Amino acid sequence: MTNWKVILNIAKTHLLTKMKSTATASLGVTFGIGAYITMVSFMTGLNTMLDSLILNQTPHIHLYNEIEPTANQPISLYEEFENSVHMISSIKPKQGQKKIHNALPILDYLKKKDKVKGATPQVRAQIFYLSGALDLGGTLVGVDIMEETRLSNMRDYIVEGSPEALKNTDNGILLGSGLASKLSLSVGDRVQISTVRGAIFPLKIVGIYQSGIADIDNSQSFCNLKTVQQILGEAQNYITDINVKLNVIEDSPALAQLLEKQYNVTATDINEANAQFETGSNIRNLITYAVSITLLIVAGFGIYNILNMLIYEKMKDIAILKATGFSGYDVQLIFMSQAMIIGIVGGILGLLLGFVLSVIIDGVPFETEALPTITTYPVDFSVGYYIIGIVFALISTFVAGWLPSLKARHIDPVKIIRGT
Amino acid sequence: MDKVLEAKGINKHFLKPKDFHVLKDITFAIKRGEFASIMGKSGSGKSTLLYILSTMDTEYTGELYLNDTLVSGRLASELSRIRNEHIGFVFQFHYLLSEFSVLENVMLPAKKLARKSHQEIEHDAMQKLKMLGIGSLALQKASRISGGEKQRVAIARALINNPIILMGDEPTGNLDSYNSDNVFNIFKQLKEEEGLSLLVVTHDEDFAKRTDYIIEMEDGRIIDKSVLSI
Repeated sequence: MTNWKVILNIAKTHLLTKMKSTATASLGVTFGIGAYITMVSFMTGLNTMLDSLILNQTPHIHLYNEIEPTANQPISLYEEFENSVHMISSIKPKQGQKKIHNALPILDYLKKKDKVKGATPQVRAQIFYLSGALDLGGTLVGVDIMEETRLSNMRDYIVEGSPEALKNTDNGILLGSGLASKLSLSVGDRVQISTVRGAIFPLKIVGIYQSGIADIDNSQSFCNLKTVQQILGEAQNYITDINVKLNVIEDSPALAQLLEKQYNVTATDINEANAQFETGSNIRNLITYAVSITLLIVAGFGIYNILNMLIYEKMKDIAILKATGFSGYDVQLIFMSQAMIIGIVGGILGLLLGFVLSVIIDGVPFETEALPTITTYPVDFSVGYYIIGIVFALISTFVAGWLPSLKARHIDPVKIIRGT
Repeated sequence: MDKVLEAKGINKHFLKPKDFHVLKDITFAIKRGEFASIMGKSGSGKSTLLYILSTMDTEYTGELYLNDTLVSGRLASELSRIRNEHIGFVFQFHYLLSEFSVLENVMLPAKKLARKSHQEIEHDAMQKLKMLGIGSLALQKASRISGGEKQRVAIARALINNPIILMGDEPTGNLDSYNSDNVFNIFKQLKEEEGLSLLVVTHDEDFAKRTDYIIEMEDGRIIDKSVLSI
């Protein structure tokens, strides 16, 4: 049977009469938690931004037809040479098309699948941008622009014009920002492009596209799917790439394998394509947590010290409490509740401190060419970090309070009272 | 008369620094309403005995009965409860919680017992303080009153749960003769008016002579139990 009112009252009185020590101990926790919240919010904000910079432009699964030499060369059909070493010089890739066979049925199949959020067809074409006597090599990608904006944050990267403008203009083009500045073109102008085979088409610029990655912005532009098919003189089933977005990103390796087997195409999943990216995020998280935990351990030692001192000062009080009928457990609770009060007060102040610092960081201007949509430093305000923070605070103060309070529990009142 | 406290064959050894047989076969009893004192030279084991009787020291052999129930070998938490409810304790050095007010100090054991409401406890505590003539100090900080007053506060605290026995370890050892007298008179009054049993360890012969009887100890044994007055 525990009489919390009495125990908390004693704990409170001890804390209030030792205001300086209490404040020091609480501030230790406050700074620990505050630093954790600030760091984790800022770091995760940056991580998410960097991840989305690459990942949002990368499909979860990318289907295409790899150009490669046939694994079985004609010589392997000769029985005579069966047991010999085949040496063939000057192997050429297999004669074939860049398009995906059966692209439309694959699209249908993907769109019906539950796991799939969406699948978009693309046609990639090597072209030249013509500017007077100069021609710049580049890529023209035919897309279903409305599907693309639904599935990726492509809209964020269209710095001028809009995806709707492209959809409504048959011969429109979203020009890469690097190209636009090289060619001195802006929205409303016309640009001439030429295919590899030499056909020339005029296109109207309806928007400027800036991904933040210079290599892409200097060479790639977007058109409607149909327009590119017409430019290439191909039929409507001519599709070179299919990009798939899934509901759950973790499903991508399995589905990629399945598609590879089922349709005889090359399928790369996002993990394959961006393995090093994941590693970077993990290490940044690791550093954040390592620093935060170090801070909290330091704060924990502060609490441990202060409680230890308090218990030495209060030896007589502990003896008298035990003599008048408080059990060792009661005494332990008194000191544990002091530790927990320090933890709760320090922790909550720490959350506030962390929040205020995060808000300040969130307001600091951060403008960069590479990220057209970002104007201030990105900060992640997830409630989860605040919950982890307060739990951290409670656990560390609990551990720090445990040993001193256990000592108080086992103090022998007779020894203290007799002064031996 | 019924026995309030009874010790049967209590033996205790101090093991450090070397084995020392400090209490040898102590057997005696205190009846309801008796006022006994324990006397003896330093090292005779009288304080050690008192701490065993108070249930705070549990490292002994033999049997200890409180109100005819065996308390030896009980769990520490049960003993705390027994101390809280049945035993009042007064020390040589008052030992009040200095950060609390006089009233809070007195109320604390009753709050721990939690048998009465806060108002009732406060009322009881005020009554005890008034009975001991220090009602006016109730709201003072315990660290700001004189030594004699502190000892009276300690007595009030010992009485708050209406114990069956009040134990004192040289309760007057630190007081001048005026305050000693005062404390003795309070004890006497408690015995006569409330029928409280008292057991007091003391060095003060004048004090001891005025109690009902003296238990005299030497080398860990009771050598004499002389009834002085009834």
